[in-house]
Amino acid sequence: MAYENDSDLFPTAVKVLVAGGFGVGKTTFIGSVSEIEPLSTEELITAASIGTDNLAGVENKATTTVAFDFGRLTLDPRYVLYLFGTPGQDRFWFMWDELSTGALGAVILVDPRRLETSFEAVDFFERRGIHFLIAINEFDGAFRYDSEEVRAALKIGPHVPVVLCDARGDRSATSVLVSLVQYLLTAMSSHSA
Amino acid sequence: MAVHDDELWLDEDAGRLVRPYTVSNGRTSPTKSLDLLSLVMATGQIATTQLAPEHAQALGLCNGPTSVAEVAAHLRLPAMVTKVLLSDLVDCGAVTTRSPHAAASPTDRSVLEAVLDGLRKRL
Repeated sequence: MAYENDSDLFPTAVKVLVAGGFGVGKTTFIGSVSEIEPLSTEELITAASIGTDNLAGVENKATTTVAFDFGRLTLDPRYVLYLFGTPGQDRFWFMWDELSTGALGAVILVDPRRLETSFEAVDFFERRGIHFLIAINEFDGAFRYDSEEVRAALKIGPHVPVVLCDARGDRSATSVLVSLVQYLLTAMSSHSA
Repeated sequence: MAVHDDELWLDEDAGRLVRPYTVSNGRTSPTKSLDLLSLVMATGQIATTQLAPEHAQALGLCNGPTSVAEVAAHLRLPAMVTKVLLSDLVDCGAVTTRSPHAAASPTDRSVLEAVLDGLRKRL
């Protein structure tokens, strides 16, 4: 193919995941950063290897449709950032390797009124070795935890950044991504040191 | 450019053979390894009029570098079906593609620094 290796034609696409429980503001966050209206698509995944705890008695492979939202941000002529929202309601996305493979890192959005809805995402990224930060979406009228209270509740280590944000605000959401990438660079330095 | 007749419905004599939702002909494995973030772009070598409707529609979405995920969203088709369509288009030379993994490793410092610079400019 004549064009196959002509990489100058293409920018480099990179990916950050936006995770968290249902209704925590993932799509709002993506929309605040994205240069396009958030898009939605779906994938049929096979969940053959899912834990047996809640599929006991299911003998055959289970397939499930997983829908996800995403947005795009062109950073410069060379780099395009895609933000993929993980399907919040659905445990099956954990089986979906493609979504997390190659991600630079993840933002776990936390609703301070429902911290427990983000536990699974924390577990998932820790197991996968994907760096993440916690962004507390400050819902109007929500009780304000300080970041150390959230850190303790989620049982995450002192190195993981915990930041506050308003997912509706462009600057606020972008700042969260800046914090994430700064953390990724720091983590890389400490690993190679 | 060789066209694989068994993989692509390019045969003009055959006309439009394919109904929506059978667009991948039951295939769930694209011939090319495509990721949601693979970028695709039309080469200009094949006109949309030479293609079956679904392939033509997919090709029409690839005028600039476009991710597989975006094509799927605009086609309102599952990502896997979209990958089959796009790999058909790659096979016949209508689009060219670039895998995200070919260029960007999550552990590549220069990638992270470029992303950081791009984000900071927006603040």
